[in-house]
Amino acid sequence: MNEITTAIRTVPLEHYVFLSFVLFSIGLAGALFRRNTIIILMCLELMFNSVNLLLAAFSAFHSDPSGQVFVFFIMLVAAAEVTVGLAILVMMKRNVDSVDVNQLNRLRW
Amino acid sequence: MQFLFYLFAAISVISAVFVVSAKSPINSVIALIVCFLSIAGHYILLNAQFLAMVHIIVYTGAIMVLFLFVIMLLNLNKSAEPVKTLATRIAAVIAGGVFLLTLLAAVRHGLDITPARDFDGGVGLVRSVGLSLFNEFLLPFEVSSILFLSAMVGALMLAKKEPAASAGTSPAAPAEKRVA
Repeated sequence: MNEITTAIRTVPLEHYVFLSFVLFSIGLAGALFRRNTIIILMCLELMFNSVNLLLAAFSAFHSDPSGQVFVFFIMLVAAAEVTVGLAILVMMKRNVDSVDVNQLNRLRW
Repeated sequence: MQFLFYLFAAISVISAVFVVSAKSPINSVIALIVCFLSIAGHYILLNAQFLAMVHIIVYTGAIMVLFLFVIMLLNLNKSAEPVKTLATRIAAVIAGGVFLLTLLAAVRHGLDITPARDFDGGVGLVRSVGLSLFNEFLLPFEVSSILFLSAMVGALMLAKKEPAASAGTSPAAPAEKRVA
């Protein structure tokens, strides 16, 4: 327990920032890279998680629990978002029989 | 202790790359679960034990199971995804790389922040997060239940099988009959 709390101090905050930047960029590149809607949703989850990690790191660094409550709310919103997103995906599979995002071009203009 | 951070960081970055590059969606889901578990390890290293538990329960327990169910129910596992053209893929990778470069350049001189409060080992335990959640953030907590309710109703409405559109009746009419 005490070892863990001292370990917070040994890793510099910048490294957490770099890690979450890298995870966010991978998620962003993946959302642009793939055409499968379900993988784009997963990349969104990845970006959510990098932001959560950054918030938790700053919260622990500043010894302020508000940041962790914020992460909790982001998790709630992500759960609601993924529910609706997967429902839309089911609809899409049923209507156009594909999960390719390029099929959804009727909303483009 | 410090090497644990770098171990978890390496696991999460490698599995995140695998999420993007895997051919089959099932492999992507498995890689994403590994990534989420390593992020839970990061939370434990940050002494955010409540968050680590909630993260494992919500993400690896609920959301990823939802993903797996949808993939299996819709039989999406065949990797028949049409790949994008090479130019689009290169553009996507360059866009991600440039974004990363911009972010890294913003903090290249370090953050130079001093902690706002003295170090408190109790922050992140269930007690401190719960006290904060039910005092300062009670109203948002209650409002989020309404958000969940609307998401649940919305998902049901979206995923419900539509009655045959050729019948010419309004779509609400058969649904009411079914309820009655």
